[in-house]
Amino acid sequence: MAHQATSADIPAEAQALIEEAKPVSIPRRAMVENNRSYHWVSEKICGIVEQKTPMWWWLATGISGFVALYTLFGLVYLVSTGVGVWGLANPVNWGWAIVNFVFWIGIGHAGTLISAILCLLKQRWRTAVNRTAEAMTIFAVVCAGIFPLFHVGRVWFAWWLFPLPNANWIWPNFRSPLEWDVFAVSTYFTVSLLFWYMGMVPDLGLLRDRAKETWRKYFYGVLAMGWRNSVKHWKNYEMAYLVLAGLSTPLVLSVHTIVSFDFAASILPGWHTTIFPPYFVAGAIFSGFGMVLTLMIPLRSIFKLQDIITQYHIDCMCKITLATGSMVGYAYAMEFFIAWYGANSYEAFAFVNRAFGQYWWAYWIMIACNVISPQLFWFNGIRNNTTLVWVISLFVNVGMWFERFVITVTSLANDFLPSSWGYYSPTLVDIYTYIGTFGLFTFLFLLFLRFLPMIAIAEIKALSLPQADPHNEDHPQNANPQPAEDK
Amino acid sequence: MSNESYGLIATFDTSPAIYKAAKKVNEAGYTKFDIYTPFPVHGIEYAMGEKRSFLGGFSLIGGISGFAIGMAIVAFMNFDYPLIIGGKPIFGPIFPFPIFYELTILCAAFGTFFGMFIMNNLPRHNHPVFEYKDFGKSSDDKFMIVIETSDPEFDEGKTKTFLEEIGGTEVTLIDAPEKD
Repeated sequence: MAHQATSADIPAEAQALIEEAKPVSIPRRAMVENNRSYHWVSEKICGIVEQKTPMWWWLATGISGFVALYTLFGLVYLVSTGVGVWGLANPVNWGWAIVNFVFWIGIGHAGTLISAILCLLKQRWRTAVNRTAEAMTIFAVVCAGIFPLFHVGRVWFAWWLFPLPNANWIWPNFRSPLEWDVFAVSTYFTVSLLFWYMGMVPDLGLLRDRAKETWRKYFYGVLAMGWRNSVKHWKNYEMAYLVLAGLSTPLVLSVHTIVSFDFAASILPGWHTTIFPPYFVAGAIFSGFGMVLTLMIPLRSIFKLQDIITQYHIDCMCKITLATGSMVGYAYAMEFFIAWYGANSYEAFAFVNRAFGQYWWAYWIMIACNVISPQLFWFNGIRNNTTLVWVISLFVNVGMWFERFVITVTSLANDFLPSSWGYYSPTLVDIYTYIGTFGLFTFLFLLFLRFLPMIAIAEIKALSLPQADPHNEDHPQNANPQPAEDK
Repeated sequence: MSNESYGLIATFDTSPAIYKAAKKVNEAGYTKFDIYTPFPVHGIEYAMGEKRSFLGGFSLIGGISGFAIGMAIVAFMNFDYPLIIGGKPIFGPIFPFPIFYELTILCAAFGTFFGMFIMNNLPRHNHPVFEYKDFGKSSDDKFMIVIETSDPEFDEGKTKTFLEEIGGTEVTLIDAPEKD
């Protein structure tokens, strides 16, 4: 360990000069506030799982489970009656189902961005939110998957999407972006699940070691796989974590790129543009951070996690929302510019029609929510107002749903033949099926909160507590607080 | 030295203390020892003389096989049932590239995930260190070193003194689990 020269080695006048010219010592920003000990972190986060089930949890789970039944009944009705129960009619054959699919899959992207890209960029604040955001990713992809699965019409043939031998001895068309989507989304789900579980193994070990009830010992014991915190384990674990972060980075960028190919590889004006992949990825991350904020802000107050998810964390997430929201705004502007500059009259019509045609209201809701509302995050006062941040995050969620609606429906409803133009409206089945996915998402999320550690405990200890630094123990900030010092 | 024992365990309170102790145990010539920490302590694996993890090898093997499987699937299926679209070739490496890309990532992730458990010999639910009554604290806020009795340098008295000298507390002999 490198020690600075002690004052005894320095002549007196030089010492005086040093005292005079001494730079102001700026303390490092504390990632976990109030000087917490390791034990406090374990108690706080395991306590959420180990406490007696709160009443609100039963209520919320009951309600969300009931709402999830809407999706179930919507789908049962759809399959038993036929796809006509959805509002799809020529020329709009991609309605709410595809809008909802892109909406939900986009939400997932923030989780992977936090767990993968921010890990590679060594953003330490991610440790407070990554576990919850990854859970959000997985449950959002579950909700997303329902829509294209049932959109195929005869859902019992959905396995034909996979390269499995069937009685017709016909294989999938690998030239089709829809087939690429099958691979992208299923890979995305699987890799997110592996990453999430692997990251959780040490924390499950902690829950196992703390368990008092027999069922807990077995439940967490089996899930923890016999993890014993050995350095030889950590060595491989950290390497695996890094490699999975490295693999998830191109994955998360590719998934929404391929989703955008579903549109961009067609020849429809308004869809057939090269800006789609980056624009979709930015939009996905934008919507995902909207959802992370929507979820984390209430959780932070419910579980009193203000020391772990600090104002700084919210600030960082607001800034990412602002950055990606501005990218989305830029993409909207650039689409219009190219529609004019490209001098293609069909393209130009598609865009004028978007803003001033029969779906003008959807377009302007989108602009208000996605372009204008995140710009408020430039102001420190707004980022510091948690309630306002939460409200803006809701606007982001709404706006991003409308973005997908505008893209999907406006281009289809006014296609090449004016004689076939129509006005698409969803049916009640569409609406209930969609609302039900929020119930499903919330239901799964509440189960996660109840049974699994919602914050990466080992990562918080290693990266957010200054006393975890083994190299600079003489630094005053690295003192090791003991459990008794916690309030 | 007792043959029924697994090793000596010593507890440390802070991350810098365990880091220094790891270095000293390694310098003292012990080879069969392990350290248990509630979180990955930065650089401690090198301080205790461990080599860089080989895990990347599993990822590489997974990635290469994913790419090859993707290519094989598409090539076989397109030759088996050619879909003639727009006069394009029956097989080419470009048009189905997303398939290879996703399968590369998928199989590399599987390689990494299972590689982590294989390299760590997990799942393994019984281990002698679990016999130590306070072992659970190593996942909360304590740091522990175990020097195994099978280490050639091991001597119950000397090793115990050594562990106490380097700052370990509660130095305890762990009994090997009873065999049936």
